[in-house]
Amino acid sequence: MAEFVQLLVSGLATGAIYALAAMGFTLLWQTSQTINFAQGEFVMLPAFIMLSAIKLFGLPLYAAFGVSLLVSALLLGFGFKRLLVDPMIRHGVLPLVIATIALGIFLKEGVKLVYGAEALPFPEALPQGIWRFASVSVTVNDIGVLLLVFAMVLALQGFLSRTTTGRAMQAVAQNPDTARILGIDVPRMITYTFLVNAALVSVAALLITPVYLAKFDNGESIGLIAFIAAIVGGFNQIRGALVGGLLIGVIDNLSGAYISAAYREAFPLLLLIAVILFRPQGLLGRAEERRV
Amino acid sequence: MTALLQVEGLARSFGAIKAVDGVSFEVGAGEVVGLIGPNGSGKSTLFNCILGQIGPSAGQVTFEGQQITRRSPLALNRLGIGRTFQMLQVFPRLSVRDNLIVAGQEHEGRLFGRLLAPPDAGLGAAADEMLEQFRLSHVAHQAAGDCSFGQQKLLDIAMAFMTGPRLVLLDEPAGGVNPNMLGDLHALLRRLNADRRTTFVVIEHNMEFVMRLCDRVLVLAQGRILAEGTPEQVRANPAVIEAYLGD
Amino acid sequence: MTRWLLPAAVLAVLIALPHGLKSYGIYLLSLWAVYAMAAMGLNLTLGYAGQVSLAQAAFLGIGAYVSALLTVNGVSFWLALPLAGLVCFAVGILLGFPALRVQHHYLAFVTLGFNALVFLVLRNEEWLTGGTYGVEGIPRPSLLGLPTQSPIGFYYLSLGFLVVLSFALYALLRSPWGRAFAALRENPTRAESLGVDIRAYTLLAFAIGSGVGGLAGAFYAPLVEFIDPTPFDLGTSLALLLMVVVGGSGYFAGPFLGAALVMLLPEWLRFSESLYLLLYALLVMVLMATCPSGLLGLWAQARERLSRRRPPPPVLETRT
Repeated sequence: MAEFVQLLVSGLATGAIYALAAMGFTLLWQTSQTINFAQGEFVMLPAFIMLSAIKLFGLPLYAAFGVSLLVSALLLGFGFKRLLVDPMIRHGVLPLVIATIALGIFLKEGVKLVYGAEALPFPEALPQGIWRFASVSVTVNDIGVLLLVFAMVLALQGFLSRTTTGRAMQAVAQNPDTARILGIDVPRMITYTFLVNAALVSVAALLITPVYLAKFDNGESIGLIAFIAAIVGGFNQIRGALVGGLLIGVIDNLSGAYISAAYREAFPLLLLIAVILFRPQGLLGRAEERRV
Repeated sequence: MTALLQVEGLARSFGAIKAVDGVSFEVGAGEVVGLIGPNGSGKSTLFNCILGQIGPSAGQVTFEGQQITRRSPLALNRLGIGRTFQMLQVFPRLSVRDNLIVAGQEHEGRLFGRLLAPPDAGLGAAADEMLEQFRLSHVAHQAAGDCSFGQQKLLDIAMAFMTGPRLVLLDEPAGGVNPNMLGDLHALLRRLNADRRTTFVVIEHNMEFVMRLCDRVLVLAQGRILAEGTPEQVRANPAVIEAYLGD
Repeated sequence: MTRWLLPAAVLAVLIALPHGLKSYGIYLLSLWAVYAMAAMGLNLTLGYAGQVSLAQAAFLGIGAYVSALLTVNGVSFWLALPLAGLVCFAVGILLGFPALRVQHHYLAFVTLGFNALVFLVLRNEEWLTGGTYGVEGIPRPSLLGLPTQSPIGFYYLSLGFLVVLSFALYALLRSPWGRAFAALRENPTRAESLGVDIRAYTLLAFAIGSGVGGLAGAFYAPLVEFIDPTPFDLGTSLALLLMVVVGGSGYFAGPFLGAALVMLLPEWLRFSESLYLLLYALLVMVLMATCPSGLLGLWAQARERLSRRRPPPPVLETRT
């Protein structure tokens, strides 16, 4: 029982980090029909930006995180949209899918070239330590991650539903044509979602890299899981991405421990296929309008 | 007159809106029946309910005495019911001639037999005849998507006839067609009706066209049949005039 | 007859080519033939029938393992080859069922998940596949008593089969089936109203495309003589997708061109050593941004502009 609770909590914590990447993935899809296959690399890159800021300028971790936020916004937000998405989006989904796959390879190889193929240590972002309740012990880090992610999700939800800009972004996500008629600056709102995505992946990088260490190919597994989490939760729902992330984190941990270590990766995939077949709108999603 | 198509109490609502609200009518073999009504009166929904694109909430449809309510579009096609859609629906990257062949080929032989059938599925001559009739021979080998709107419209209609259907439901055949070509289209449909004994139900906004073409006209308003009769009777019906002017 | 001139010339070059090459060059040519087969299968599913699949590498893998395991245990390659195709055809039907429920990006996700699952099975079921140790000592077949141990012998065998397969698929696409696939791609609602059984054709499109992938896999195994799960992961599926799209999805010659480009580019970029994947990724992005309809799509546009004529419909047209 104690082991089960520990696995549950650490699964929730990892899942919460995946959820950050999944939310960004969902936002990009909603507003611009971009399926970002480089999302995993988008989480990998900010870790190295932070490491560089620490090494080159001797900054503390949180200042380095600020630098990474800026650089990510510029490269992964603005640059990504201007250089890759904008020129290609009118050609349909498939060429852009291939281009983002190539972008993923590009980022991965670029980082490998500069930083090498070794995993580099990464400073802890949150206080360490273990809390014991009776026979159950949980790490302070896991609890911190959960609290931080929930705070971020609440903040994001609040921004999207309470502020004018946020509501305009939601309008664009739901129906760009109507949004345009209402006088909303659609391209600008789309740019904002790319910036929000850049911020989300930066935070995800800050939280996950101490666990996985900084390595050029971290994005492969993170990307796939974020992507599964986004679809399982509901591709057109931000809350869905959160639930999907938490669920995948827990399933991954529990199935690895109790069912089969060799097929650990298979359970999220099976869940993905089952959800798409029987509930394509996702666990929390609403059915998309069907045309006659 | 034996009824080819019988529609009884057909209804379909979307939420609180009753798009089709208990419609009944019959169409006799060889008849050309027009279906008119203001925008939003439920004409296209009625078509889609009859043709299995959407399931009706109530009522039934009979074709040649056989229950066809909620049958799939595929099954209806196999029974001999053809249709066109309101929006232009050709296969843009296939040639005009291949559009016609694909419209007819699935009625030739069985699925696996067609793999070994000649490339034109034995429909080359029939397609060429249709091209001739619809005056499309000169664009036969062009990609359909590269043809003019009028040509695509003709092709769209011609495709519905490739399987030799007994009943064809046309959704706005004259919509967007150049006025000079309307006369041709009228003559063409009349000839198909006379030569092949094809029965038509036609949704149309162009009053002049529909009144000239049809033997009988049904007027739909707010999901119900408001009036029915020969073009002259309908034209003179005060309720119809009211429905259109009040729209 | 003029339209056969170019393919014949290309074939003549392909026959003459290995004589000027070292064995590594010949190996690459054989690999090209195998990938071109697999991409041809995907082109049928994706390019002609419009059904997105990110699982072609899984079928390359299943075909390769069927062929490897059978031939290692003494079964003739010429029996293993059709069996590999049939197994993949059957599994392809299964993969087609999701396509009856979901389309486009959802279908891409399902097939992607399927590929990842197949990879896990290949890696984990050691009793059957040898797991990460793989299957080694895969024998090369002989044809009419002629052995294919030499690189050039096996190259000619693969090339020969590629030609046979091309003719078969060409005939298939010219048949009423090919036209029905195109109708399914362009407008399934209309197709169904015209009596096209879109369920049957969707399943067939997946099954045939997958079956062709299996045949390619059956050649892959004896070519490399040792297989493990690595070459059948998601990355290869994406590379195969890239081949189809870069060549020109829905153009018959697309996969040949796409496979050549996707395979040769890294070789040409080898001079840059550690930079080569970086340059490769960059080129792919530039290519997608500049010609999303692929090289043959670009060629068709250029020809249209030159002759001010409409391009012929890319789908094979039947003339009688």
